[in-house]
Amino acid sequence: MQARKKYVLLGLCACCWLLLFYWGGGVQVRLFKLLGRPRGEVVRPWPNWTDRAFLPGYAQLEELQTGPGSAESPRQRHQAWTGIYKDSRCRMETCFDFTRCRRRGRDGFRVYVYPSEKGERVSESYRKILMSIGESRYYTTDPREACLFVLGIDTLDRDQLSGQFVPNLDDRIKGYPLWNEGRNHLVFNLYSGTWPNYNEDLGFNIGQAILAKASLNTEHFRPGFDVSIPLFSKEHPQKGGERGWLVRNTVPPRRKYLLMFKGKRYLTGIGSDTRNALHHIHNGKDIVSLTTCRHGKDWEKHKDARCDHDNLEYEKFDYQELLHNSTFCLVPRGRRLGSFRFLESLQAACIPVLLSNGWELPFSDVIQWNQAVIEGDERLLLQVPSTVRAVGNEWVLALRQRTQMLWEAYFSSVDKIVLTTLEIIKDRVFSHISRNKYMWNALPGGLLVLPEYSTHLAHFPFYYLSLGVSPGQEFTAIIHAVSPLVSQSQPIMKLLQVVSKSKYCSQIIILWNSEKPPPHRSKWPPMPVPLTVTDGRRKTSSRFLPNVAIETEAVLSLDEDTVLLTSEVNFAFLVWRSFPERIVGYPPRSHFWDPVKHAWGYTSKWTNEYSIVLTGAAFYHRYYHYLFSHYLPPSLRALVDRTSNCEDILMNFLVSSVTHLPPIKVAQRKQYKELPSPQGTKMSAPWANPEHFTQRQECVNSFARWFGYMPLVHSQFRLDPLLFKDQVSVLRKKYKDLERA
Amino acid sequence: MCASGKYSSRGPALIPRMKTKHRIYYITLFSVVLLGLIATGMFQFWPHSIESTADWGLDRRSVHDAPLIRLPVANPIPERGDLSCRMHTCFDVYRCGYNPKNRIKVYIYPLQRFVDEVGVPISSTGLSREYNDLLSAISDSEFYTDDVTRACLFVPSIDVLNQNSLRIRETAQALAMLPRWDKGMNHLLFNMLPGGPPDYNTALDVPRDRALLAGGGFSTWTYRQGYDVSIPVYSPLSADVELPERQPGPRRYFILSSQTAIHREYRAELERLKEENGEALLLLDKCSNLSQGVASARKRCYKGQVFDYPQILQESSFCVVLRGARLGQATLSDVLQAGCVPVILADSYILPFSEVLDWKRASVVIPEEKLPEMYTILKSIPHRQVEEMQRQARWFWDAYFSSMKAIGMTTLQIINDRIYPYAARTYEQWNNPPLVKWSSVNSPLFLPLIPPRSPGFTAVVLTYDRIESLFRVITEISKVPSLAKLLVVWNNQNKSPPEDSLWPKIAAPLKVVRTKENKLSNRFFPYDEIETEAVLAIDDDIIMLTSDELQFGYEYFNYLYTYKMPGDIKNWVDAHMNCEDIAMNFLVANITGKAPIKVTPRKKFKCPECTAIDGLSLDQTHMVERSECINKFASVFGTMPLKVVEHRADPVLYKDDFPEKLKSFPNIGSL
Repeated sequence: MQARKKYVLLGLCACCWLLLFYWGGGVQVRLFKLLGRPRGEVVRPWPNWTDRAFLPGYAQLEELQTGPGSAESPRQRHQAWTGIYKDSRCRMETCFDFTRCRRRGRDGFRVYVYPSEKGERVSESYRKILMSIGESRYYTTDPREACLFVLGIDTLDRDQLSGQFVPNLDDRIKGYPLWNEGRNHLVFNLYSGTWPNYNEDLGFNIGQAILAKASLNTEHFRPGFDVSIPLFSKEHPQKGGERGWLVRNTVPPRRKYLLMFKGKRYLTGIGSDTRNALHHIHNGKDIVSLTTCRHGKDWEKHKDARCDHDNLEYEKFDYQELLHNSTFCLVPRGRRLGSFRFLESLQAACIPVLLSNGWELPFSDVIQWNQAVIEGDERLLLQVPSTVRAVGNEWVLALRQRTQMLWEAYFSSVDKIVLTTLEIIKDRVFSHISRNKYMWNALPGGLLVLPEYSTHLAHFPFYYLSLGVSPGQEFTAIIHAVSPLVSQSQPIMKLLQVVSKSKYCSQIIILWNSEKPPPHRSKWPPMPVPLTVTDGRRKTSSRFLPNVAIETEAVLSLDEDTVLLTSEVNFAFLVWRSFPERIVGYPPRSHFWDPVKHAWGYTSKWTNEYSIVLTGAAFYHRYYHYLFSHYLPPSLRALVDRTSNCEDILMNFLVSSVTHLPPIKVAQRKQYKELPSPQGTKMSAPWANPEHFTQRQECVNSFARWFGYMPLVHSQFRLDPLLFKDQVSVLRKKYKDLERA
Repeated sequence: MCASGKYSSRGPALIPRMKTKHRIYYITLFSVVLLGLIATGMFQFWPHSIESTADWGLDRRSVHDAPLIRLPVANPIPERGDLSCRMHTCFDVYRCGYNPKNRIKVYIYPLQRFVDEVGVPISSTGLSREYNDLLSAISDSEFYTDDVTRACLFVPSIDVLNQNSLRIRETAQALAMLPRWDKGMNHLLFNMLPGGPPDYNTALDVPRDRALLAGGGFSTWTYRQGYDVSIPVYSPLSADVELPERQPGPRRYFILSSQTAIHREYRAELERLKEENGEALLLLDKCSNLSQGVASARKRCYKGQVFDYPQILQESSFCVVLRGARLGQATLSDVLQAGCVPVILADSYILPFSEVLDWKRASVVIPEEKLPEMYTILKSIPHRQVEEMQRQARWFWDAYFSSMKAIGMTTLQIINDRIYPYAARTYEQWNNPPLVKWSSVNSPLFLPLIPPRSPGFTAVVLTYDRIESLFRVITEISKVPSLAKLLVVWNNQNKSPPEDSLWPKIAAPLKVVRTKENKLSNRFFPYDEIETEAVLAIDDDIIMLTSDELQFGYEYFNYLYTYKMPGDIKNWVDAHMNCEDIAMNFLVANITGKAPIKVTPRKKFKCPECTAIDGLSLDQTHMVERSECINKFASVFGTMPLKVVEHRADPVLYKDDFPEKLKSFPNIGSL
């Protein structure tokens, strides 16, 4: 009995203890917390003060609105500023002479390059930079009309130990009468400082000049004044440039390796801290981080314990292979902040993970880098693996595509790097007609968006989807007339009737390019839509002049002898509305590479592919008129005018280079012109002439030379109306006419 | 208790002698148990009661109850702000650490009232209403932490919004006295009115070591890009006056100038503009002869005519915001609220939140010396753009300017984006108004890529058990040159797929995937086996595909189907065994904003042999159900993403009068 009682008691006792611990656990924690906090630091959420309604405002309304009026006259202030804010504190307002850019109105942004002196050695990269400026549409040979000046002396490499270092720069530039303390000058630089510090010292006083420099440090960067450019090698192509390596989107987007690095490890000196730590994240499986000590002449002097092992591991992997097969690429600082690696991984669609504290990223003014790279922190190297692992698949896909977009828009050639630099400065000079950040960061990139045309996104053919709007419901037809009006039965008369019958047509413009003066108004047939006749001054390129009369987004370009049906016009227009950034039309042509002649060929044969849709019957966005006349160099337009030919091919080159996509051929019609009547040889059209055809071959080649690559893209499909040539009742078909054409 | 256990184990031997001892033992035992229970209860409730009484006390507390701190004259003063500070030099990231939510933790110092040695407070206003609102907003937000040891950012409760009401030296001393000050590391100060007469500096004059400054009215010389945050000057008027949003469009006046403290040179310039352009401009000024009791801050006058401010701002398309002695102007906030496009003339001014907001889409910034050209510049902006700017201006105000809470949260989000850049908000998230966010399309595959020809496509065949039909499909597909891989999704759980030897021999690798459940959605599951970008999805009852047609594959977003498709729809599809293809169309249209492309004519898509055995598509209810599907899906997506087009894609020489052998795809349409 007793024993049982005792056991019961014992059980009870144990229960109590258990209970005590069960509750007490929380208690202990809480107690611990309470004691752990130093006295006086007992914190709670911000209280709801009882008298919060009676708290005073931070400022009186009067004080905010009236404020202290500035006593200082704006003009005085401006003068005072220019005295104080110069050299390292330069800003556009104080160190740049805007009046120089206004001498030619809106068109005033002109760049002058100092002529190179005799015996002057200029590095390969600098030669390319100067050439790009020389070929750009901003170049001028007259220093009096220039807004920006670029030195003829090579300033790219300012490392005193380098062979390309130019001594006595200070004295030389001071001798320039136009130098004016560097005002309105642009100085390019890739390397500054020297071993061991690699500081920002250029070795000469740039004064008030704008610095376009690679590896810029945020501390020395004058915001809104300097431009950070990427470090590029001397093999970087002048024009065109290689395309990005991303050719397809794989889902899920992960590649074989998650993160990779393969490069030098500095044993001493600046930048060695970061690179010495990189081996810590190497796991040999999905993270490959390889370093070698073997570089420079005397690496063995500083050799440490890791070197031999690392060097061995280093040889096992191939850099190019890693670049192709890695999702992320580490881009740590080298001796300087920027490295070649940055552009390499950008091109390879390997998302850069930056470890370069204080680096002002290239073109940071305009590019939203956080949507293309992962900005790491040198101090947090060990967090990098978990960070990149946590990046979601969808974001990886987006980042990767953005690397390609940026590469192709701004970095793939020296031309693009230099032009971007100039455009950024131009946007600052004419700040009220400049691109917004969206234009810079969305396809097709800022260089192809000219703010002088419009600063409104919906006026461009590229942004309809992202704005959630669709292109307008009407089009303007432009008919290019070259032959004089003699009879009422000429093809142009029939064409006018056909086009004006379209319910989407808002107006017709006849571009009169004939030798005879345009006929009187009464000679034209009455029309349900307004008809304008403008003088083309007998220049073929005037066909694509940005005509202010064009009010619709869509332009239908027609030759005078085009044969079309109204329903064909309607159908093509509806297709264009689905693809507003491309050329949509009827007559297809194709280009091909002729391996025998080592040149591009042009063919009008009906093949299974096409890459050109002639503008004799095609829809496109009116913005392309503006690009044609302002973006392309005068030399190409002159070629078109001289030969009275090829303007349509040039237009196709232009549009394909902007969109990277082929034009679209609609429906079946291929023969869009009336065949020349065999007897009427006198009236034969110029395009029947064999010389005409060889000219076009030549055109294709000279255009490809200017673009630096072949922008045309082949396509294998055409768009037909639904039910086209299907065996269903004709009554069900909307575009039954098209089958007869 | 251990003792008692020992005791009882020895018990039997002791029984005869210990009757009374037993009683004592019981009593002690029970009392111990009781005590234990009481103690537990006490412990359980005691800390709670402390906290709740504290809370209760807090709610009843007045600002004047805050502890008074006396600042000795000799207290150290922080150094002046270091202009070279950047996140990687003056900010301690280790405090923020790595956390899966990617959110910084913000700590607010408890309120203290600082006085100097003679008892004069360091600030004439003390805690202001706006600063109190700001701190409450932070403490209610997800950023807040009450644990000082885990905080990444510290916000002092010393109100420095308006420098005019501060005693600079003493305020600096008070800052330095904060327990975690540590050279200002990771501290955030909010200031809206910096500088004082006569030269009005553009950043807070209080020495503040390395503290971050969220300031209104920075110039490019004081703003440390990537470190400081430029914030708006809050306008208390917006709390008093409700301005309903107005439809964008042309308004009565073209340009309006409502500021009262404009330098006379600029006013003269504006007058001249008015003379040239007449009624389109309205130049308002202070009212000189207002009757008593009318707040002059709410009225503006032009030649004796009285206008209500800020209501009058809604009557103009453009509103001038000129710099005063300070760069930041509260007028900017009023103007945005009115949906008027601000015309900002303040050289070197860092616009509020310019790090993330694209001001070019909501305002016109004109250099001060171009004031005479203002009218021409503004006239050259197209109407549609002005309307968009008006909408954008109002949206900026709603989202980022409307209250101290909005301003505070935006500031913290910007700092958060810097510390966790890989989780930062995108341009679109910051700048697109909700309406645009809904209607716009930002496809994840935005880059136009011309896929290379080599990789080909993967065919995914979904099958249940019709082996014969399946084999015929496989043989057909295998004739296509660009077929890279064939994937058969075996949807029958009861029956195993036929043995390897029975499958037709084809050149491309063939793989059979068995599913766990008979679901139609299985077709769009992103099988790891799919290595190509293009995927052709076909049913097993289609036998009439001639091999050419397959070259024109649909690009299916399998991945999105499984992971991004709203859950409702997937369940619906699985439940009804239908419509998986329509669902896919909805998804693709919603993501890309484009219509699908129909390729070449093929209307009869079913095999004549498999009449009504178990072919799903032949079911009587099939069509009815499919229409239901469309309605259901449209309601889930919120809009009708499908687009109607009238075109389809054909090969270039399709149905042309042309020798067959020259065509790439002569078989198409032969059925």
